[in-house]
Order: sequence, then C-alpha cells, then structure tokens
Amino acid sequence: MSILLDKETTFIVQGITGREAVNLTRECLDYGSKVVGGVTPGRKGREVHGVPVFDTVAQAVENHGGQIDGSVVTVPPAFTKDAVLEAIENGIKLIVIVTERIPRRDVAQMVELADLRGARIIGPNCLGLIVPEVCKMGGIGGPAKDAAKAYAPGPVGVMSRSGGMTTEISSSLTQAGLGVSTAVSIGGDAIIGSTYAELMPYFEADEQTEAIVIYTEPGGRMEAQLSAWVKENDSRLPIIAFMAGKFMDDEEMKGMSFGHAGTIVEGVEDTATEKIARLEAAGIPVVERIDEIPNAVKQKLEASA
Amino acid sequence: MAEALNKVFIDVEVDASVAGDAALAKKLEEVCPVDIFKATDTGVEIVEKNLDECVLCKLCIEAAPAGTVHVRKLYDSTELA
Amino acid sequence: MRFFEHEARQIVEAAGIPVTKYGFCTSAEQARRAAEEIGGPVVIKSQVLSGGRMKAGGVKFADTPEEAAAHAADILELEINGHMPRGVLVDPKAEVKQEYYASVVWDGTAKRPLMLFSDMGGIDIEEVAESHPDHVGRGHVSNLRPIFDFEAKQVVAATGVTGSQLNRATPILAKLARLFRDNDMTLAEINPLAELADGSFVALDAHMEMENEAVGRQKGLLRRRLEIAEDDTRETYEPSDFERHVAAIDAADHRGVIQGKDHGFEGNLGLVIGAGGGSLTLTDAVRSQGGKPANYSEIGGNPSVAKACGLAKEVLEKDGVEKIAVMMSIVSNTRVDIVARGVIKACLELGKDPGETIAIFRIPGAWEDEGFKILERYGVESCDRSVSLWEAAGRAVAKIQGATA
Repeated sequence: MSILLDKETTFIVQGITGREAVNLTRECLDYGSKVVGGVTPGRKGREVHGVPVFDTVAQAVENHGGQIDGSVVTVPPAFTKDAVLEAIENGIKLIVIVTERIPRRDVAQMVELADLRGARIIGPNCLGLIVPEVCKMGGIGGPAKDAAKAYAPGPVGVMSRSGGMTTEISSSLTQAGLGVSTAVSIGGDAIIGSTYAELMPYFEADEQTEAIVIYTEPGGRMEAQLSAWVKENDSRLPIIAFMAGKFMDDEEMKGMSFGHAGTIVEGVEDTATEKIARLEAAGIPVVERIDEIPNAVKQKLEASA
Repeated sequence: MAEALNKVFIDVEVDASVAGDAALAKKLEEVCPVDIFKATDTGVEIVEKNLDECVLCKLCIEAAPAGTVHVRKLYDSTELA
Repeated sequence: MRFFEHEARQIVEAAGIPVTKYGFCTSAEQARRAAEEIGGPVVIKSQVLSGGRMKAGGVKFADTPEEAAAHAADILELEINGHMPRGVLVDPKAEVKQEYYASVVWDGTAKRPLMLFSDMGGIDIEEVAESHPDHVGRGHVSNLRPIFDFEAKQVVAATGVTGSQLNRATPILAKLARLFRDNDMTLAEINPLAELADGSFVALDAHMEMENEAVGRQKGLLRRRLEIAEDDTRETYEPSDFERHVAAIDAADHRGVIQGKDHGFEGNLGLVIGAGGGSLTLTDAVRSQGGKPANYSEIGGNPSVAKACGLAKEVLEKDGVEKIAVMMSIVSNTRVDIVARGVIKACLELGKDPGETIAIFRIPGAWEDEGFKILERYGVESCDRSVSLWEAAGRAVAKIQGATA
C-alpha cells in the first residue's frame, strides 16, 4: 500500500512559478501525480504546464472543489514559514518543504502548528517522497523516466537524510530485484518535520513494507530516538542502516561543517562511532559499505519469512 | 599553462546567407540560454568563450530558417539535428 | 556564528539581564581607565574565540589600574590556540555568594528550545547533570506562544531554589529564553550567573551563538548594535587558499553550487564529488579502501561547464594531487555531460591528459548517455550505476596506487 501517498493523493505546488518548481511540476505530472494547482502570490491566472496558478491556497482549494491533500513548498527561505502556515491553516495535511537554509526558529514554528492541526511536514531541505508507480511529491528521482529506472515497487521502505542518496540506495535495491514501498527524503537540517522514529508507525501499518533502510550522517539525535522507538515498540520491521561521514570523527575534522546544515560534529554523543554503537545495540545493523545494503536486506527478509 | 580553452566540445556556425540578418541575430541572442549569440550591427556574432556551455537545447536551430544554424558536437563529430 | 564574550555581554545586557560594570578595551591605556572607573580589583580577560583562556594566561587579576594596564598590554599580545585577541574585557572582581547556571539550547528531538538551570554553576553542566540530576532543571518553551515568566520559574524551582533567589533568577531565565528565540540563537548560556554578596544577580560570563542561516535577518543586532562587519564570519578556522578560491568561483557564477574543503586532508587523490550525502559516502569509501583524499568537495545543482571546470582545476592544482576521481550519487538535476566537459576541460587547460588524470568518472543520471560519448572520446575510464559508490572509489584508489607503484 505504501505510506502517506496513494493514487488519489492531490497536491499543490507553492512557489510554482520558480525555476525549480516549474521543473518538478513537470516531473510530477509526467509521473502521474495529481498536481491540482499552484500558488504564487500575484500570479493568479497563469498556468504552469497546464496547472492553474492562484494567489492563495484558499483559492486553490475552492477551485479544486474540496480538500487538497498535500503541498510541495519551494518558496524562498524568507517566505517559507508564511507559505507553510497558510497551507496548514487551509486544511492541508501533508507538506513537503524543499527549501533549504530556513532558520531553525521558523521550522520549529511550522512543525508546532502542524502538530496542533494534525498535519505532517516532510523536510525542510529535502527532495520529497515517492511511491513507485503511484505518486511522486517533489523532485525526488528527477524526470519521470529516470525515477522509473531507479524506483521499482517492492517491500523496502527507505528513509534518508540526503535527497541524492535516497535515489542511490533505492536504485541499488531496484537493481537487486527488491524494490521500494515508499522512499522518503526526510531532509538534512537540524530540525525537521519527520524523523525516522516518527515515520516508523506509518511503515509499521503498511502491509507492503517488510523492511526498512535508513541513510544517516553524524550530527543530531535521530538515531538515539529510533533506537529507543525500536526497543519500546515490538516492531515487525527489520531495519538496516548506512552511515556516511565517518571520516568526520577524526580529530582534524572536528568543528568543520560538511554536507548538510545539521552535520557538525560536537561532543561524543553525536559522533559516527557512538551512533553506530547505539544502533547496533538496538538490533539495527549498520553496514560498512553502501553496496552491502541489498544483501543485508535480503538476509533479514529471509530470516523473517 | 592555465589558459582558457574555447570550442573544445561544441562549435556553432551560422550560414553566411543569414548571418547578416539583424532580426535573426536578435532572436538568436534572445533564445540562447548560455549567450552564444550576440546581435551586432553587422548581424550575428558567435561568443566563442560560451560555446562549450551549449546545453543542446536546439532553441537556436528552431529559431532560424531550416539548416542555417549548425551546432556541432566535436566529441563525436555529429551535428545536432 | 560565534560571539566574543564582550559581544555576548552586550546582547545579554540589551535583553534586560543584569551585568556588572565592564569595559571592552583595545589598549592598555583604555584598560587602565576602565579599571579606574570600576574602582577596586578587576579581572582582565582576553577576547578570543577559543577555550582555555585561563590556562593560556589570558585571564589575569589586577588590584590597581596600573596593574590592569600591564596585564592588558601582555594579554593583547598573547596568542591563544592560534587566535590573537580582538581586545580585552575588564570586569570587576565580583564578591560571589553563589554561582548558578542558566542556558537555552535547541532540543532537536522535541523541536523546541530548552531552558536549563542549575544552582551548581561555574562548572561543567554536563557533569552536574550526570552526578547531581536533581540540581538541574529543564523546561521546553513553545515556538508559537509568548514565553511566560512562570515557565522559567518552574525550571528554577525544580532545582530546589526558593526565596528571593527564585524571584531574581526567574526573570533572568525568562529573558534569556526570549532573547534566544528573538535573536535566532543556537546557544545562549550564562555561566556563572552569580548571586553577589548584596543578593543581586548578575551575568558574570555569557556565551552566545547565532544560527548562520539567520544572520541575514539579524542586521539590527549584528550591524547596528554590535557593529560586526559583514565579512566577519568567525569561522572555526582560517579557510585555506583552495577553500577561498573555490568559494570565489562559486560566488561568481550562479549556475549550480560548488564547495571545497581541505582542512585536515593531505593526499594525492583529488576528489570532485557530489553532493551532500554522496560526497560524505565517497570520502569514507576512498579512505576505507586505503586512498588518500587531498580534499573534500561538493558539486551540485545545475552547474555550468565553467564552474565544474573551476572546481576541478583548483583540485588538480593542489600540492601533491596526482589524479582526480569524479564521482557522484545518481543525479537528476546535475547534467552528467556538462560535468564531463568541465572536468576534461580542466585537465586540458592544465596541459594534462584527461584519460591519465581522471582516475574514474562515476556519475549516473541525467544526460549520462551524452556524458559517456564525451568520456569515451577523451579516453576517460567511466562506469555506470551498476557500479556502486564504494566500488567506484575502490577503482580510483587502485588506479592511483597502481600508477605510483
């Protein structure tokens, strides 16, 4: 079945007339996603690849004739919060924030309001999510043809802090004949809408998903949260982890920022070594090489069978 | 030995028959996303330093009379059709 | 973005938190006058963005203004952990009855700011939290609602503090939380928050850090109040020439994004890699297989040939670099053929043979077929998506080791 998206999911693109948004709208439409409107204040009346553009989310909802399920937000950082709050207050329950470099305070405000209203945020600084052959929300996987090559339907749920690596890992699962139930690029910032642990219940409830792969990096406490979740819940889903950025543990590298905003090594808790130990203690093996992922998953699936 | 090289991967040529056309020159300058064409009083000029930035979009070919703009891929000796 | 102690002092003061009389001085003479004004024993503190000031001799006590001037003169010339001071802070030597701790940090799991308070201040809070957990109070604040004083009061009271101390500490912690939020801080710490002999509370030392992403919208505080120049970014270390050149190339062309880092790297294999997670994964993969990367880099977005070429040239021109490996995770936005042109051009412009110089090219994704044509023409060894990041890194390492052998 997949999580969060299905064949009927409708969504808008906020900031639709921007360069990146114009591309991703084309890609999503080609993939078969139901992009029912776009919002760029001041541009009402225009069209992007046949999708009508509105000034407000409320207008888009009215035009659609009822609730719209989701929004992909590509609005620049100074205006993202306003756009997301607007979406939430107009009944949108699934919001993918592509924009990067949003100040933490803004993200925290969006997330708190989403919590209050029962909405879910994916991102920010992410490429979205995809259910193979069903729906794509965001730039994940690129043009429809490329996304189809990398993402075949299957039993593995994928969650990744890096957008590019979501596709790299999913592609290797596809090449190995395994396939993906839903892949989520959860974003690279210090505060994000949905962590691994917060998405696990969705995967848990999805019959199609039989195993999980996570891609992670040093920085933050998401692995600790996931390990705690796994211990407290009797999850049926085996999890395989891959961690990049282990070289950052080196003394010379301390204090440098690599990759995503949230990846600054500070203190023992956040280093790669500590995280790996924590995950393994929770029964989540951390593979050394990225190409070991498909076999590790196969082993776990055979063991469960 | 760090001099910039131009025209390593792509060469663009506009037939003499239309190269002097001011209107065409303006149009080519407008459509090219990487500024390969410059409109001057004598017609169109190729900006050599931008040739290798060509993204093979074919907008120049479509803007000009058929067969008058040639975009050559020097790395496989083919011409963009 | 990190702040000097004297700046943190100003921030705290502006938020209505009591501080001692103090002077920020850039000369011995100014220090003498500041000490005179304060009257009484003072402490002279080096203003550097480094820890271990005391140990390095950057914190000295003075009983007279002349002594203060002498110490200031010494400290102004004292390098601490590679940093020269911007000035010195002259503080009155306070008669402290008790030291407390107050801070606000981000709790990424709760996604809210977290207030921390302890009546065991002056020492390492992490140690206190471990050995005396009931002496540390914690409380989250909402991101949406105003911060109420009682929320801070609860945190202070949780440590057992009561009486007039509770009533003095409460507004200070509340103000600290508000300033944390209003100024987009990632850390706002007062340690120690001192109770003086007369019962008053003052922030004796303050430590502040602001989120880099928010610097653009905090001009009021940064430019007008603190007068911090725009190019004064306070990085943890001095960028190398390589890093600065790459940043300049990136800034000059809006097409795509490049970044290069070489601090702590020394090797013969240059890396032109991307992006984000892919770069991290590849750097690990190269090292794990015995390779010696000369640098880290990221190339992403939709770069121009010139930008890709610029990055590759900077990498190739680094001391000791013999070959480069050009590798990325699957790309949808970045064009494989454009990157191929860029890295090959870099070799040609430096008079090097692309086939010899590029150890491996592994970028699957958009326009890869066109990319392969270019790579073939120049004899560059390439591989497609069926070759993993790990394997591609391994091939690069094998190639360069084979060449040096």
